[in-house]
Amino acid sequence: MTASIETPGPMTPAFYRILRTRPETRDTFTVELETPDSTSGPLFAPGQFNMLYAFGVGEVPISVSGDPARPKSLIHTIREVGAVTRAMRALKRGDLLGVRGPFGSSWPVEEAKGRDVVIVAGGIGLAPLRPALYSILAHRQKYGRVVLMYGTRTPEDILFRKELERWRARLDLSVHVTVDRAMVSWRGSVGVVTSTIPRVQFDARSALAMVCGPEAMMRFTILELQKRGLGLEQIYISTERNMKCAIGFCGHCQLGPAFVCKDGPVFRYDKIQPFFEIREI
Amino acid sequence: MDTLTGELGKQEYVVERKDLQKLFDVLKNGGYRILGPTARDGAIVYDELSSVDDLPTGWTDEQGGGVYRLKKRNDKALFGYNVGPHSWKQFLFPPRIRLWQADRQTETTRISEETRETEKMAFIGVRSCELHAIDVQDRVFIQSSFVSPSYQARRERTFIIAVNCGQAGGTCFCVSMNTGPKATAGFDLALTEILENERHYFVVEVGTDAGMEVLEQIPHTFSGPAEKAAAANAVKTAAGQMGRQMDTTDIKDLLYRNYRNARWDNVASRCLTCANCTMVCPTCFCSTVEDVTNLKGDHAERWQRWDSCFTMDHSYIHGGSVHASARARYRQWMTHKLATWIDQFGTSGCVGCGRCITWCPVAIDITEEVRAIRESEVLRTESREGHHGDT
Amino acid sequence: METLRPILAEHPFFKGLEEHHLELIVGCASNVRFDAGDFIFRHGEEANQFYLIRQGMVALEMFVTGRGPVKVQTLGEGDVLGWSWLVPPYRWMFDAHAMELTRAIALDGKCLRNKSEQDHDLGYHILKRFATIVQENLDAARLQILNIYEVSA
Repeated sequence: MTASIETPGPMTPAFYRILRTRPETRDTFTVELETPDSTSGPLFAPGQFNMLYAFGVGEVPISVSGDPARPKSLIHTIREVGAVTRAMRALKRGDLLGVRGPFGSSWPVEEAKGRDVVIVAGGIGLAPLRPALYSILAHRQKYGRVVLMYGTRTPEDILFRKELERWRARLDLSVHVTVDRAMVSWRGSVGVVTSTIPRVQFDARSALAMVCGPEAMMRFTILELQKRGLGLEQIYISTERNMKCAIGFCGHCQLGPAFVCKDGPVFRYDKIQPFFEIREI
Repeated sequence: MDTLTGELGKQEYVVERKDLQKLFDVLKNGGYRILGPTARDGAIVYDELSSVDDLPTGWTDEQGGGVYRLKKRNDKALFGYNVGPHSWKQFLFPPRIRLWQADRQTETTRISEETRETEKMAFIGVRSCELHAIDVQDRVFIQSSFVSPSYQARRERTFIIAVNCGQAGGTCFCVSMNTGPKATAGFDLALTEILENERHYFVVEVGTDAGMEVLEQIPHTFSGPAEKAAAANAVKTAAGQMGRQMDTTDIKDLLYRNYRNARWDNVASRCLTCANCTMVCPTCFCSTVEDVTNLKGDHAERWQRWDSCFTMDHSYIHGGSVHASARARYRQWMTHKLATWIDQFGTSGCVGCGRCITWCPVAIDITEEVRAIRESEVLRTESREGHHGDT
Repeated sequence: METLRPILAEHPFFKGLEEHHLELIVGCASNVRFDAGDFIFRHGEEANQFYLIRQGMVALEMFVTGRGPVKVQTLGEGDVLGWSWLVPPYRWMFDAHAMELTRAIALDGKCLRNKSEQDHDLGYHILKRFATIVQENLDAARLQILNIYEVSA
């Protein structure tokens, strides 16, 4: 697939073949890539991202949304927001996609062992959290109560719907899905995802929360979790910023002193809080 | 590049002005492309030099906030000025480089990186502040989690001849930043130019074995106490002439606690976000990536080019820029340069060269901005104490 | 009704009320039940009651011409439904539509309004609790308006 470069530079992508693509919602789709045979262990940790390159168009950071325990395929769920993602949406099985990575920090799946886990996802934010949930479910007995709260705009925007329904059917997982608004045919919950937080059961003294979604939603979520008694060191968020290199060189992704590509995108909230709350930082 | 300490660092030599061309010859024979200061377009810029005569002999510069002009000296000093709009980053971290090319074929895509072979470069006339700036960029590009292959390749093949400043510029503040005026490390050779009565010579300090090898090939003598004293005096003169001053006490925390200071609105009302400061700054390292393709769509290239945090694009994510206002962008630049850089790389990002002050079209002065923020804290404390006094 | 007293005393909304105030409220309370599909109240009707939901799910809907009924919020166990009884002109703004079998305690808002006019302390305690509910709903509604999941052009 690639011309053999012994040690490719950090800005050089490798090209992987697309095994399958699947539309998820009206603007979101999932791409599954075939990984080279040389891989044995996990290709990424939950929460990490790759820089995906559409030939001749450009490169964007996309969180890995698949299962770290299945290294044969690399899965990304992508939302069409611009020229590059639009070009990616047109790709088909058999096409090549450039990949650099994985980069960034990961969800505290290890630290959460022995504790209750509270996962709050908004919109496309469910995609970077899914690998964490997979890892947790793969070792379910190592964790306490596990709660997933997911909110999105309308029922048509629900990501991974079939999977959510399967998870909801499990007896050892609490799943709450809500939408901002819906037509009458929707029989589920309507309301902002943060309003679910006061209702769910978890041990606030020891629980770990993992939160990902639009910044406004994350801010509200943190406040609600604090109201429930969680300390800021118990809350992890995933942020996004403009990225051109993902290796700490281009300077675009800075959030205060942190490089979101290296020090993030997953942050323990107490570490980033003084900066995160400054407008336009 | 080894940096020697101890006795070798202390031993100094003397090279006469008439023999300086030999230095150029030796470097050229050694396969080096010689880069250094030359007068062009009303400024002293860094460019390729073919001989000693290309140096800006007899010129000096006058600098102030938004002011730069060349002025004739009444002597023939080769290095009698400070720094111009160029810095050495344009050679180590070029404004535009191609990273790789890729060709799409029927079944595969072949990608080939730019060669890591680069020419050898010799920098002549590197000021102490600039040595520190190079070290600052080393920490970004070769001493962090990732290594930039192009920066590393260029850096390894660079020979550095530093020059100790004998006078300071109108916007210089290396003394405040502890980056000069004397070059202490990071050079192969360091020269201090002395003009006294009829004599014109250079006191030379050797920094590395490579530097020693070059010096051996040009006529030189050991320096005597008078010459050493003259060199020390020249540097002392420069240290006493600093055009600006910055109090760096606790500066990281000062800026960390003043993100919401009204002073940012004040500077934003003046700042044009023209990005001049980031272009002339020797440590600014922001870049962007351009992915381009041919019309057929079967050949693509990735280029890297300089970028600036003053552009709207810099912080753009779908929906808009995080730093939408000029206020946010100026604040980003200054707090990065003086504060967050310390947490990121262990040193300040500022080397006190004064270029951002000189080349700002509206004369925004980073030292004045720091002063204003410090003073605003004093005023806040005073007004609070005043209240207590009243009740 | 005596059987409702412990339920009301324990409900998060009424917790902490003094005995004699709880008495007054119990006097205005009754058990109600709605089948799936029932409308608990409709836009425009007089608002004289509010409900503490004990079981089930209720959707707040607005009929939008050309789109049909749009749900803006669902409420479930533990939630308080309805506050238009508190402020003039005492008319419901939305439809409340039971999605499934729903049991609730209905509180006679008109009755409570009158009692609050006589006993301002009671009125204050009720209003304090409603202020929190209104604030939570307002924050949530604003978050919904922000359309945070959209990608702006």
